[in-house]
Amino acid sequence: MSAIEYPPGSRVPEVAAIRARGVKVGYRGAVVWHDATFEVGRGEFVAVIGPNGAGKTTLFRLLLGIQRPMAGSLEVFGAPPRRGSPRIGYVPQRHTIDNDTHVAADVLVHLGVSGTHLGPEFSIGAARRATAEALAAVGASELGSKPLGAMSGGELQRIFLAEAISGRPEMLLLDEPLSNLDMRRTRELVELVHGLVRSRRVTTLLVAHDINPLIECLDRVIYIANGRVANGPPEEVLTSASLSELYGVPVEVLHDSRGNIVIVGGENPHEKGDA
Amino acid sequence: MTAGFSWNIVTDFRDIWNYAFMRQAYEAGTIVAILAGIVGYFVVLRRTAFAAHALGHVGFSGAAAAVVYGVNPVFGLLVFTMGGGVGMALLGRRASTRDIEIGTVLAFMMGLGLIFLSLYKGYATEAYSILFGDIEGVSVSGVYLTLEGAIVVLIVLAVIYRPLLFSSLDEDVAEAKGLPLLALNVVFMLLLAVAISFAVQVVGILLVFALTVTPAATAVRITKRPTYAVMCSVAIAIVAIWAGLFISWWPPYSQYPPSFFIVTISFVIYMLARMGSYLSDRFAHRFAPSVDPAPVPKSSS
Repeated sequence: MSAIEYPPGSRVPEVAAIRARGVKVGYRGAVVWHDATFEVGRGEFVAVIGPNGAGKTTLFRLLLGIQRPMAGSLEVFGAPPRRGSPRIGYVPQRHTIDNDTHVAADVLVHLGVSGTHLGPEFSIGAARRATAEALAAVGASELGSKPLGAMSGGELQRIFLAEAISGRPEMLLLDEPLSNLDMRRTRELVELVHGLVRSRRVTTLLVAHDINPLIECLDRVIYIANGRVANGPPEEVLTSASLSELYGVPVEVLHDSRGNIVIVGGENPHEKGDA
Repeated sequence: MTAGFSWNIVTDFRDIWNYAFMRQAYEAGTIVAILAGIVGYFVVLRRTAFAAHALGHVGFSGAAAAVVYGVNPVFGLLVFTMGGGVGMALLGRRASTRDIEIGTVLAFMMGLGLIFLSLYKGYATEAYSILFGDIEGVSVSGVYLTLEGAIVVLIVLAVIYRPLLFSSLDEDVAEAKGLPLLALNVVFMLLLAVAISFAVQVVGILLVFALTVTPAATAVRITKRPTYAVMCSVAIAIVAIWAGLFISWWPPYSQYPPSFFIVTISFVIYMLARMGSYLSDRFAHRFAPSVDPAPVPKSSS
């Protein structure tokens, strides 16, 4: 390999997007995972994979500053996570939007722009432009006036994505955006997110159950299981040897003719509940 | 004296407003309509209808206590609903489990109400007017008190409008964006407590829903824009109160309490809106078929 070349004009060396050193996390003394040491570079597209209850959402809560590590150090853009940072856009797993939510979608995206501000909105024009821009970026301009309660799962995910990017964040945390989507909508959403990652160079962590729809776009996989965190490029993490070490039991990674991955033997029967 | 109902609404109103108690009823009713209409929108959005219901009942204990100790019932209402509201907000942090905490606080506060009722040896009319409202009994000082309460609530709402809307619509993202959910919930429950306390003067505890929930529930069926929905909700509450008072003024309806008409009108408008949205849905489906193709069947992989 030759010496690393930086494109002209860029500042070097850049602070990592995420830097974790021996992080231990849990709730009320119960450790969810520990000894997590990893780094995520700026502009990387990262899948967070692992069985239910392994602590994938917990990782997001740490990065959002809602929860603190029990031990170790965690840095986001070179500083400890701070709740309410405008540099992070977040799409949680939703439960509150249902058929009865008769509110136009662009209201939600608009709140993503200026929803935390107090008092009357004086710069409403700028906020409206940012809203329209975010909706356009996810290809949902025509959905802006549709009620949230009348939307399909795929439409909702695009609106949530627009809400998350409306403040022009440098990092996106997407919690299970692909669950409840059929194959076509899954592919559409993955392409959309991938496009945003590349065009805006926004560091993106996406929690998913199934790695296969993502595998071609990923720079990195964070695999959380058995109280531990493995991390690296997909071809390094998603191997029989690496996952067997992570789980502590023999695990096999199989590939089909089209490059799809099947992980056999990894599901730990002791894992339970969503964390 | 009353000249009798004519079809000239203007002279009818002039006629009614010759009476001070009716002027006060219209003034207090209008202020309460504005207050309840706005706060009601957030009640519907946050799905805290049960809290509105519970606070009314908690208020009953407060009013009963105030009557026992010879204080203006509105102060008893305010103290109890605000205390109960803060208790509910602190115990039930998440929307998903809130109902259980509200029910628990409600049960305890109703127990207190029972004690005060048993201490109270006065006339049943006091209790009756708290339960079903006595809008025509609002005094001038009562109108001013209502106005002052409403101004405070509206100022606070104007300040926290966007964060409150954000946390009502999208709790998790609002939290991640740094909004203090607990503080917002406490403040909202206090605003709701004030709105409920004054609405009780108009329609009473048992019918307080008709002003705090029904107009807003109607408004969200009419418009999907929060600002329009708030205005719409206020307009419906005003129409219900004005028309209710108007109808109950004229014989033979003057023998019935105005609360009944207010609640009925509010409900009829709600049913009309439901019917309207049902018809417009059918209409839309017939003439503009969904462009969204049928979802691809989920693969089993």
